[in-house]
Amino acid sequence: MGLFASIKVMLGVAPQRPAAISPAAAAMHEAKRQTKGTDRARSIRDAHADGHGNRWRNIRWATLIAVNLIFVLSYRFDVQLVEGALTASRVVGFHMADLNSGLQVMLAYKTILINLVIGTGTVLAMWWLFGGRTFCSWVCPYHLLAEIAEKLHLALVARRLVVDYPLHRGTRTVLYVIFAVMALVSGYTVYEAISPTGIVSRALIYGPGLAMIWVLGLLVYEVIFIRRMWCRYICPIGLTYGLVGALSPVRVRYSLENCLHEGDCRKVCLVPHVLECTKKTYAADVMVAIGADCTRCGLCVDACPTGSLKFEVKGLNKLL
Amino acid sequence: MTITGKTRRQLLRSLAMGAAVVGASLLGFFPVVRKWVPRLRPPGAIDEREFLAACIKCGQCVQVCPVKAIRLGDLDEGFGVGVPYIPAREQACDFSCDAVQCVLACPTGALAHAINRKEEVHMGLARLDRPRACLARRGEGHAGPARRAPFGGVHRYMAVDRWKPVKLADHPYDLEICDLCVRECPIPGAITLEKISGDPADKRHTPVVRQSCVGCGMCEMICPTEPPSIVVDIRRKWGEL
Repeated sequence: MGLFASIKVMLGVAPQRPAAISPAAAAMHEAKRQTKGTDRARSIRDAHADGHGNRWRNIRWATLIAVNLIFVLSYRFDVQLVEGALTASRVVGFHMADLNSGLQVMLAYKTILINLVIGTGTVLAMWWLFGGRTFCSWVCPYHLLAEIAEKLHLALVARRLVVDYPLHRGTRTVLYVIFAVMALVSGYTVYEAISPTGIVSRALIYGPGLAMIWVLGLLVYEVIFIRRMWCRYICPIGLTYGLVGALSPVRVRYSLENCLHEGDCRKVCLVPHVLECTKKTYAADVMVAIGADCTRCGLCVDACPTGSLKFEVKGLNKLL
Repeated sequence: MTITGKTRRQLLRSLAMGAAVVGASLLGFFPVVRKWVPRLRPPGAIDEREFLAACIKCGQCVQVCPVKAIRLGDLDEGFGVGVPYIPAREQACDFSCDAVQCVLACPTGALAHAINRKEEVHMGLARLDRPRACLARRGEGHAGPARRAPFGGVHRYMAVDRWKPVKLADHPYDLEICDLCVRECPIPGAITLEKISGDPADKRHTPVVRQSCVGCGMCEMICPTEPPSIVVDIRRKWGEL
């Protein structure tokens, strides 16, 4: 998928089946079409014989908890390794600032602040390198809470107690513009007042307050009504980092050859539209890099029974 | 593209949810515009409106304060959520860090970096709010701690320990005339104690706030009367009522 197509899909456009498919991929699609149903059933059974692990999820949760714990413990024991919260911090003295918070402050305050430029610059370089929305699934504490809420939601869905009412993905793009305009016009960092990322991060470090009621309310809403509502359809932080990571070297790579097209990856994915290429006959090439909206959470890598989805560092040409 | 009933419902849902989220975020205007929760901001805080815009709500100022005077605003403060303030009566800033650490820690200049010395700070002005309760004005002394346990506020007494904060409740005084606000004021000459009359037998004195007062709130915290006789007027400037 081209860069612009990938960004368009992230902004809310429905993914399209590619118009041009490489000859090698076309040959593979054709070969799969020829495979008999019984053969396919056997290969699916074989692929699932071992069950799948949770390797990447465990590594990711450990990382997310460790990062947030460093903030908490560094303050609690006054070791000054990391000072501040996820919105802005000093890491062994180096300024770091969350890109979206930095953007909101600059729009509202209308002043270029040198420390903030340094801080956002460092973070920009870091998250470009690590993959943009990697921030969401590997660092954001609300993401972890929302993942737990999602498990509850899916358990209730399975018992037919609740139903998911999905929103249009363009909602996030519209809200992104609205929040930017509101910061610019009102002179207040409006989004920061309701940002669950900032609220949970501060609650962990400085102790919880009334603001956690808002966050818990959101989680309850996600359990009952809309699966992963905030991360999928609302959070402007995700879109900011998505744009940063659009050209990132770290990404998930799809390999068409052994894929059985069952769609297990799309079932676990926060942003299944990026996995459109895994649908039968949708891959434009034998290898496809997953698009900008991907949070590099690795759930699909864990879920894939055939190893068709892997982490990749572009240029290193080395599969993890 | 044909719009089916399903996609129309989805669009309406998205519109409603988007409006709800924007509406929720705009609720933050009320406490700010109505000034529901006026707050004493940390040293160096720029103009309130700009302060709320510039603050990135990270709490680095909270972390560096040696007497833990700085707290962060909660949801009832609207756009002030996560923004630092000093609850002077509970724990005032005593400037015992000298170089205004919170100002140095601020990554966005919401606490203006132009400030290098405590004397350059302007948070507000102290005012004798209840002159009839003031012990000095009644000619009374004060024995025992300025604030009794379970009060948890601390102060770094230079005479006791330069580095270790001491609980006010653990630091007794024995004063013939209460001069706590003058004695513990971190800005020399910001409050002076003046005799009320020329009569040598008249023990009554009055604290007088001078122009050099920076509004740190130390006097408000240390005042032994309940409620405090002297308070800080947030962001008031000299000459304003």
